[in-house]
Amino acid sequence: MGKIGMFNTVRAVFKRELLSYFNAPVAYVFIVIFLLLNGFFTFFISHFFDLGQADLRSFFQWHPWIYLFLVPAVAMRLWAEERRLGTLELILTLPVTVTQAILGKFLAAWVFIGVALLLTFPMVLTVFYLGQPDLGPIAMGYLGSFLMAGAFLSVGAMTSALTRSQVVSFILSVVICLFLVLAGFPPVTSVLSGWAPVWFVDLVSATSFLTHFLSMQRGVLDLRDLLYYFSVITFMLCVNGVVLQSRRTS
Amino acid sequence: MIEAKHLSKQFGSKTAVDDIAFTVAKGEILGFLGPNGAGKSTTMRMLTGYLPPSQGTAVIGGCDLLDDPIGARRKIGYLPENAPVYPDMNVFDFLNFVAEIRGFTPAERKLKVPQTIEKCFLSKVTRQTVSTLSKGFKQRVCFAQSILHDPEYLILDEPTDGLDPNQKHEVRLMIREMSTQKAIILSTHILEEVESVCTRAIIIDDGRIVADDSPENLKASSPDHGAISLTVKYDDPGAPLASIQASEGVKSAVFLKSENGHLFFRAFPERGDRPIADKIVARLSQQHYAITSLFVEKGRLDEVFRRITGHCGPPNAPPDATR
Repeated sequence: MGKIGMFNTVRAVFKRELLSYFNAPVAYVFIVIFLLLNGFFTFFISHFFDLGQADLRSFFQWHPWIYLFLVPAVAMRLWAEERRLGTLELILTLPVTVTQAILGKFLAAWVFIGVALLLTFPMVLTVFYLGQPDLGPIAMGYLGSFLMAGAFLSVGAMTSALTRSQVVSFILSVVICLFLVLAGFPPVTSVLSGWAPVWFVDLVSATSFLTHFLSMQRGVLDLRDLLYYFSVITFMLCVNGVVLQSRRTS
Repeated sequence: MIEAKHLSKQFGSKTAVDDIAFTVAKGEILGFLGPNGAGKSTTMRMLTGYLPPSQGTAVIGGCDLLDDPIGARRKIGYLPENAPVYPDMNVFDFLNFVAEIRGFTPAERKLKVPQTIEKCFLSKVTRQTVSTLSKGFKQRVCFAQSILHDPEYLILDEPTDGLDPNQKHEVRLMIREMSTQKAIILSTHILEEVESVCTRAIIIDDGRIVADDSPENLKASSPDHGAISLTVKYDDPGAPLASIQASEGVKSAVFLKSENGHLFFRAFPERGDRPIADKIVARLSQQHYAITSLFVEKGRLDEVFRRITGHCGPPNAPPDATR
C-alpha cells in the first residue's frame, strides 16, 4: 500500500464530489439558472447596453443576490445528503480525517461554482467587443466574486452539517448569508449611520460580504479583502468540523 | 487483535453501551447477538471510530482508537448497518474511490478493484449505477468495499440483512473463507447464522455483555441440551413412557404428542454429560417397542437467547440511536 498523504485523500474526496455534481442533472439546471439570472439582471434590470460603459460593474453587482439563493442550494446537500443516505458513516470510518473530508467536499463545490462563473465569459467578450474596458477591475471582479461564492458556500456547508434535511439547511444558510450581505448594503448602513457612531457602522459593514466585494471591484487587490474571505471560509469550515464531530450520533 | 476496553456510550441520559470489554483474535469469528436497541451497532460504531466512546477505548491491531484513529481505520474493513453506498456512482467508480482513499496507487487499483468485484460476484453490474441495484447487490457492493484492502480486521453490521437464502449462503461462505487470517466481528439477528459461521458469540442486552461463549457451549446451557427425542410406534403412551422413565440415567420424560400412530417422547438426562440414548433404546427394544426415530437434542440457541435476554424489552424501548 502506498504512502497515504493528506493531499491524496482530499483529492479522492474532491474528485468523487465533483464527478457527482456533473453526473446529476441538477448541476446543469443550476448552471443554466445562474447564467440566465446573470443575463436577466445585467441586461434587463441594469440596462447594460444603455449605460454605455465598457465595464462589468452592472454584471458583478448582482452576484451577491444571485449567490444568496443559488449557493445555499449547491451547499445544502453537502452533508445533509450524506447523513440521510448513511454514507456519512461510510466516509468517516474510512481512513479520512474530518478535515480532509470537509476540504475535499468544499473545494469540489467551490470549483463547481467556479465553473458556472467561468461560463459567464461571453460577458467579458461583449464588453471587449463594445469598447476598451480596463482588464484589472474585470479580473478583480471575477476573483472577488469567486471568493465571495466561497464564503457563501462555507456558510452553506456548515448549515448542511447541522441537519439531515436539505430544506432546513437551505433556509438557515440563506438567513445567515442574508445578514452577512445586508450588513454592508447601503440602505441598511445609511439607516445605521443615522444614529450609530461611525466606528460601529464601519464595524458592521466590515463584516459584510458586500463591502469587501465592492472594494475588490474597484480593481485593487487589497490584502484585507482576501484575508476577510479566507477567514470567513476558515471559520465556517472549522465550525463545520465541530458540528460534524459532535453530531455524528444523530 | 481487536481489544474493546471498557467501552461505554451515553446518549444524553440513556446508556446505550455499558462497560463492554472483550478481545477478538485472528481466526475468530465473533457473532454479536442481542435484541434491537441492545447496543450492537453502537458498539461496532465505536470500534470503527465513527462514534467516539463516552468512556473506554479500543485497540485495533495495536492502534488505539483515541490516539491513532486513522491507523486503526486503515486496518479495519467495515460494513455499516443498511450498507450505505453513494447512489449516484456506478459500482466500479465507487470501489475505485474507496481504493483511492485507502491509498492504493492507480496501478494497484487496476488490480484490486476488478479482483474485489470478481470476489463479490459483482461482475454483472460493474458499470451499473448503485441506485438501480437491488438490495442484495447494494449489500454486496458495500461488503466489497469493506474487504477491498484485505483488512486484518473485519467488522460487519448485519452482513446478510436483506439477502435471499442463496446470497446469504454465499456471504457466509466468504466470511468463513476469510476468517483464517482475519479477526471478524459480525452482528446478526439470525441465530442460525451464528451457529453456522461464528466460532464465538457474545450476547448483548441493554448495553451489557450477558453471555460470551462458543455457540456450542451456549446451546449446552439450553434446558433441552442432551435430551432425547424419540418416536415409538404404539397406541398407548402410558406404558412406553414408564419404560423410558425407568431407564438408567433418565431424570424425567414427557409425552409430547401422538401422530399417525406414532408417539413422541422427550427424555431428559440426570446429567448432561452422561448419554442416555443407549439405555433407553436397550430398555425399549427389550420390551419390543418399535423405535421409529431418535435423536439427541443439542439445545437451541434461540431458547438460550430468549432466556438470557427475555427479561427486558421495555414496552417503549427507545428507538435505535442511529435513526
